[in-house]
Amino acid sequence: MDQEPRAVPEARESLPPLTQPSGQLDKLAGLYRQMFLIRRVEEECARAYAEGKIGGFLHLYIGQEAVAVGALAALRHDDYVMTTYRDHGMALAKGMSARTLMAELWGKQTGCSQGLGGSMHLFDAKNSMLGGYGIVGGHIPLAAGVAFASKYRADGKVTLCFFGEGAVSIGGFHEGLSLAALWKLPIVFICENNEYSMGTPLSRSMSVEDVSMKALGYGIDRDRFFVDDVLEVEKRIGEAVQRARELSLPTLVEVRTYRFRGHSMSDPAKYRTKDELELQKKKDPLARARQKLVADGYGDARLEQMEKEIEAEVADAVKFADESPEPDASILEATTYVGPFAS
Amino acid sequence: MRNIRFREALREAMIEEMERDDRVFLMGEEVGHYQGAYKVSEGMLEKFGEKRVIDTPIAEGGFAGIGVGAAMVGLRPIIEFMTWNFSAVAFDQILNNAAKVRQMSGGQLTCPIVFRGPNGSARQVGSQHSHSMEHFYATVPGLKLVAPSFPADAKGLMKAAIRDDNPVLVMESETLYGVKGDVPDDQDAIPLGKAAVVREGKDVTIVAYSRMTHVALEAAAALEKDGISAEIVDLRSLRPLDEDTIVASVQKTHRCVVVHEGWPYGGVGAEVSDRVQRLAFDALDAPILRVTTWDVPMPYNAKLELACLPQPDRVVAAVKQLVRRAQG
Ligand SMILES: Cc1ncc(C[n+]2csc(CCOP(=O)(O)OP(=O)(O)O)c2C)c(N)n1
Repeated sequence: MDQEPRAVPEARESLPPLTQPSGQLDKLAGLYRQMFLIRRVEEECARAYAEGKIGGFLHLYIGQEAVAVGALAALRHDDYVMTTYRDHGMALAKGMSARTLMAELWGKQTGCSQGLGGSMHLFDAKNSMLGGYGIVGGHIPLAAGVAFASKYRADGKVTLCFFGEGAVSIGGFHEGLSLAALWKLPIVFICENNEYSMGTPLSRSMSVEDVSMKALGYGIDRDRFFVDDVLEVEKRIGEAVQRARELSLPTLVEVRTYRFRGHSMSDPAKYRTKDELELQKKKDPLARARQKLVADGYGDARLEQMEKEIEAEVADAVKFADESPEPDASILEATTYVGPFAS
Repeated sequence: MRNIRFREALREAMIEEMERDDRVFLMGEEVGHYQGAYKVSEGMLEKFGEKRVIDTPIAEGGFAGIGVGAAMVGLRPIIEFMTWNFSAVAFDQILNNAAKVRQMSGGQLTCPIVFRGPNGSARQVGSQHSHSMEHFYATVPGLKLVAPSFPADAKGLMKAAIRDDNPVLVMESETLYGVKGDVPDDQDAIPLGKAAVVREGKDVTIVAYSRMTHVALEAAAALEKDGISAEIVDLRSLRPLDEDTIVASVQKTHRCVVVHEGWPYGGVGAEVSDRVQRLAFDALDAPILRVTTWDVPMPYNAKLELACLPQPDRVVAAVKQLVRRAQG
């Protein structure tokens, strides 16, 4: 089972061509659609934040969309997903509507959690999206617990657990992996290595450069790759999902990605150079997917039509969020306990 | 006298103590290169270098433990939690090691360490990031805990915390970091365990600390317009608790309202209430009331968050309830 991780090239001036056969064109178009929706929703969220419609912390996923979209494409609808506070992309890719997401960020009663959770805590039980969590690493044992329940009930479901490379230093990561390995749980741990944990580059937070090496001590499989191509993400995560589903074995996957915005809206990201950022933006997997669609003859008109539809969807979601009512204080106790309030 | 911000006062205290004692160092997430998540430690890396201003990975249990271990053998660490919410994953180190090592060793070892960071709600940061952790920690014998309201106290108490030979928890507030106040040029350590009467009055004692002192001051200004004179006791230190100052005030005013962030079940307000009813029972004209955060996890929605948190109008209402009761 154990496979050597592929070497990750240090720096690449020119990128290798995408290699998917053109039969996958419609599939790629579908994934592009999701990525574009996430990008556009978040751009509007950034604007709304500046206008004061969204409060608290707002962590944007811009640049990383291909991870959520590619990975979740490898799942069945009832498979579980859990992630961090950087959760908008995950929620949308799992099936939450732009309306429901934006209403939540606007703090409205029509949001996924009635405006009580906010940006960092998106939950969508009917789509098996089990949440975004705010304490780094805290959800990793939780995800192992969800996978434990799948094994217990033999329901054939797989859990994907996403986290940043910053989480790899905390106890929850190690305890979660250790138990998942010991009990052979059907889970895929996906480390979205976007190179920075807030302002700290990986070189100052870990003694090794290769996050996937952490799998070795727990005796589980690992993989590691750059996120250039959303279809490649689907394929690679798909292999780990299959291992979880068919053999009930966990995998640690390190995906190398990059966030284009600061850690959150309040972070000016002074710790990296403009050149670095521009170089990364040239490799934007969203733009690459679009180029591929154009090059392979998907058709400019169809693409533009799709993008127009998404613009309309996003505009509608903003309007919906703007016009939705705020939650009433009467829901606070009822959402705290099942049954009578235990005071 | 200079008018400086709360965060600058904290920084000055740390810098002065680090200059004074080379056993003191600062450790935490983003304290160095990033200049502090809330810029409290801005410039300190440049001043002291990476040996004494140490960026950590996200490993609160690990670096809190490293701090306790280093303190047991004679260093004097300042451990910053990016916020006190994240200390929950280091609770074991503080509860089981920092607080216990002295007694467990029969007094052979000490643990001169400071844990510090912003505490309480910020603005709309949701249920996992809005905890008032003082209520959990103040119950633990072996720990000391301060929660200043003004820059001068922040500086003086931080200095005292660093010099103290026990584990001291300094609870700051994100919403106070930008607040300015007068700080004497030679502000020295302020003894731990001393409250301050920050407003004199005769009709009611309002006990508060940290950000809630400012809420109490607003409430007192509103009450004054209605002819009610409120005295405000700013606890500054939650453990040890200055019961003498509280009791003396209640003996003068005969009424007491405690205001704090955090839930009503147990906690600092319950502790103050217990002491007042035991030590000043005969002086009381009315029951002691507490104004706290509502008894639910903090919601994200802005209006609900505001409603959950103690506001001046809720303090005013509580005081009026006591005054009316006494008159009626
Ligand atoms: C236990 C804990 N410590 C600190 C924080 C504050 N914090 C929030 S996100 C973050 C950086 C996380 O970086 P990474 O894991 O790489 O994920 P990314 O934000 O890059 O997606 C920190 C330090 C936290 N939320 N929880």
